[in-house]
Amino acid sequence: MWNTEYEAMDIGERKKLQLDRMKHLLQYVYDNVAFYKRKFDDIGIKPSDYKQLSDIAKFPTTVKTDLRDNYPFGLFAKPMEDVVRLHASSGTTGKPIVAGYTQNDIETWAEVMGRTLGCANCTRESVVQNAYGYGLFTGGLGVHYGSHHIGATTIPISGGNTKRQVMIMQDFGSTILTCTPSYALNIVEVAESMGVDIKSLKLEFGMFGAEPWTDEMRKNIERRMNIKAIDIYGLTEIIGPGVSSECEAQSGLHVFDDHFYPEIIDPDTLEPLPEGELGELVFTTMTKEAFPVLRYRTRDISRLFHEPCSCGRTHVRMERVSGRSDDMLIIRGVNVFPTQVESVLLTVDEAEPHYLIDVRREGNLDLLEISVEVNESVFSDEIKKMTALEKKIAHEIQTVIGIACKIKLVEPRTIARSEGKAKRVTDHRKL
Amino acid sequence: MKVKQISVFIENRSGRLREVTKVLGENSINIKALSLADTSDYGILRLIVDQPDAALKALKQANFTLSETNVIAVEVSDEPGGLSNLLDSLDSADINVEYMYAFVEKSSNNAIMIFKIENIENAIKVLTAKNMKILTHEEVTNL
Repeated sequence: MWNTEYEAMDIGERKKLQLDRMKHLLQYVYDNVAFYKRKFDDIGIKPSDYKQLSDIAKFPTTVKTDLRDNYPFGLFAKPMEDVVRLHASSGTTGKPIVAGYTQNDIETWAEVMGRTLGCANCTRESVVQNAYGYGLFTGGLGVHYGSHHIGATTIPISGGNTKRQVMIMQDFGSTILTCTPSYALNIVEVAESMGVDIKSLKLEFGMFGAEPWTDEMRKNIERRMNIKAIDIYGLTEIIGPGVSSECEAQSGLHVFDDHFYPEIIDPDTLEPLPEGELGELVFTTMTKEAFPVLRYRTRDISRLFHEPCSCGRTHVRMERVSGRSDDMLIIRGVNVFPTQVESVLLTVDEAEPHYLIDVRREGNLDLLEISVEVNESVFSDEIKKMTALEKKIAHEIQTVIGIACKIKLVEPRTIARSEGKAKRVTDHRKL
Repeated sequence: MKVKQISVFIENRSGRLREVTKVLGENSINIKALSLADTSDYGILRLIVDQPDAALKALKQANFTLSETNVIAVEVSDEPGGLSNLLDSLDSADINVEYMYAFVEKSSNNAIMIFKIENIENAIKVLTAKNMKILTHEEVTNL
């Protein structure tokens, strides 16, 4: 554990700390961000109306469009001369989300990322191969700060150049790999084609996040790399990676809730839900200076639980997020997550977890086609066996997602491999 | 009595079929017979070649998805009713043909057909009993 004092803090004591920090935060955003002052005034609420933790439900929520509407710096609470860093979300559509950091914010980030890496037993002796992209994306530098904070040996290799990743993993003796889960799979395949057995290397842990993945994918990676794969969670709007992380127990992600206050709300009524119930995850940054965010609706569905964890951390845990609403497809009125397709493919014999979902509209009908790579263990010289395989996969996917799809078998290695966030969906519909 | 057939998975993209034949040509492998079964998305190219092991190695190196199957090559008299006669023998023994295709070259004056049959041993027995000539791999490659 990186910071026992805070990570294993008595829960009652942490609640006191949260109360103090939240009071400060509410006053801080009211005084420094015109957007929040207006929102508070509109519904006639004052920071001083916050007396106990549950009072947070009286305050307004913030959504992604609020962030876009105030692009780029409208929600910053500090003058630009105090902002030492800007990051931005990838934003494939429209303007990106911009996050600013003061020097203190960078230090907070280093601290929560130190805790995250500590979840993979990272120490000064560890060698961290950081294959998250460096740049505006928060992944690369987030891990970088955490690794330095602990004093581990950091390899800032960034994403891409996969053969080199394998060579360096071998030659530098990396013990922890940090990247997206889809890139981890890519590295495994390239290593296999180079004749390098990752299982025999020094690698012990993978810290994978920044895109949704399934437990089946986790098992696949763990088996092929002989490592423990840890799920990490974060978002640019809150701080980047470092919002929560699994520990070795791999049973829910510990939310660093002395910095980020989590809630679960009903996405329709916005009412808070009791602990243990499934709903939309909402975060308030209690300690951030440059870009504080109040009750930010993540659109991620999860639940929170407080049962003690075998690792000794007392941070509340959140269930792993199975899909972001940003990745969610609505097909013939049904919500479909790419991770649902992935979980099915990983249970189909030897099918590789590489797939591409293609959605198009003919007339008024949405058509869902999923390209799946064929490998030698499923390939047959008889058409009828191949079509039976297509039907079997289509049937199993339909059982899970509830709508019919067409499976298209494609040649191995023809679906583009990811070096960062995997592209799983091509939506040709013009909606 | 059995002949080794190589099947190649071919996605319906332009140039893929040519790629296969190019790899074989560059490795001096001669195609003796072939058939292409196709759906709208992909095809299965089935090949009988003179050096099956070398062909497998070369195609694998070129990242093709392959499978190996045993088939039989049978002489069929090149006259009306020749094939019907042969199929009749299989049919009366309750032997099901998965697929078949014809050889380009002839053996003496007979045509040659390739058969994929689930119970291959049984088929060999039945056809031999009917005095039909089943070619060995050497005979096929030496045509």
